[in-house]
Amino acid sequence: MSKTSTNILRQGEAQRVTLTLNGRERSGHCEPRELLSDFIRHELGAIGTHVGCEHGVCGACTVHIDGVAARSCLMLAVQVQGRRVDTVEGLAPDQTLGDLQQAFQRHHALQCGFCTAGILMSCADYLQRVPDPSEEQVREMLSGHICRCTGYTPIVQAVLDVAARRNGRIRSEQGEEVEHA
Amino acid sequence: MKPAPFDYLRAMSTHEALDALARFGEDARVLAGGQSLMAVLNMRLAQPRVLVDISRTEELNQVHADDKTGQLRVSAAATQGSVEWRKSLGNEVPMLAMAFPHISHFQIRNRGTVCGSIAHADPSAELPLVLAVLGGDVTLRSTKKKRVLAAQDFFQGMLMTAREPDELVESVRFPLKKPGERYAFTEFSARHGDFAMVACAAVVTDDAIRIAVGGVADRPTVERWPRLSGDDLRGALNDLSWKLGAQDDAHISAKYRRHLVRQLGWRVIEEAK
Repeated sequence: MSKTSTNILRQGEAQRVTLTLNGRERSGHCEPRELLSDFIRHELGAIGTHVGCEHGVCGACTVHIDGVAARSCLMLAVQVQGRRVDTVEGLAPDQTLGDLQQAFQRHHALQCGFCTAGILMSCADYLQRVPDPSEEQVREMLSGHICRCTGYTPIVQAVLDVAARRNGRIRSEQGEEVEHA
Repeated sequence: MKPAPFDYLRAMSTHEALDALARFGEDARVLAGGQSLMAVLNMRLAQPRVLVDISRTEELNQVHADDKTGQLRVSAAATQGSVEWRKSLGNEVPMLAMAFPHISHFQIRNRGTVCGSIAHADPSAELPLVLAVLGGDVTLRSTKKKRVLAAQDFFQGMLMTAREPDELVESVRFPLKKPGERYAFTEFSARHGDFAMVACAAVVTDDAIRIAVGGVADRPTVERWPRLSGDDLRGALNDLSWKLGAQDDAHISAKYRRHLVRQLGWRVIEEAK
């Protein structure tokens, strides 16, 4: 008998998974095949993360794993044992909207809101790496998300706006940079 | 849209992963980034009995540029993002830096692995094309042996490779930029980040052209020509477009695929010249 057998999680058996969700240690049970997206919603009750296509195309379920944006429908819950997971709830820790969310509100960057949680999480990661992106870069980053309401333009404006403000500039509603803050 | 039940092993070492592959063989699938495999599992197009998760196998999460061997070595668990965001990538393997923006999306590259894409061997995928045109190789390891295959020997058809069921694609190696070589990559797809309908990559030197085409035949196809230009080049590209055996599919016609091979082929070669 090889030693691997000891580490195998058996199908159908509930496993305990402990992770840090939005800064708080949480744990729950799941079987090996449970998707992270379902675990976050059903077991941990954090229903801000939405589930759309369940094959990685729509981007609605995007969360951060150790700070990096990824699809939670393309991960298993057992894979986040001991890791840091951040969801849209973490963007508004004290029930007040973060600057990215405020920019989305200002620019009407959502209508039905189904795609928004995932888009916000992608933007949060991307702006950490590329603090002052071009419109082309923002559009390329957003290509990993599907929004059927907005036509994307207000989302692009919101992201450019928040980047400008974080870099000490202000943009008009039409998208031009008008003055130095 | 949920996976069928499976046993799950988080491999903490290469040894443990290989052990599991030796034991379970065809009943096991290696889970690296999961950006293709998890979708396939969710749709139940595959129902493996055991998943061997190497995504947290630290010794497989290596990216190393070796000036002595002249290769960039990417191990099995290293994500596409970890290679793409290397500051030095443009000097190390310029073709990779050109190809990454075309590969799916930022969020997918964050988790998808380089070796996973090579092992999946989708004929439209960018990384197999880059590996093939640069003449890179694939290291396969099992509990019994290790072997290194040239890219052209590794890819054997649509989603088919030379990997045996007990073998792990342990790493792939991309040749580093060589003096005198110039590179270009382009592709045509319906939407940004979609699989390419046709993708072309070219390596041009003062006296030779290497061109590879993806998305048409059942695997990336590499051609070596002298440094053709003008009508000679157009003729060679036309011959190539017919040789690849383009077929009609739900997206585009064979005729249009041949057109794309001629146009994109011309474009990458002229750009690399």
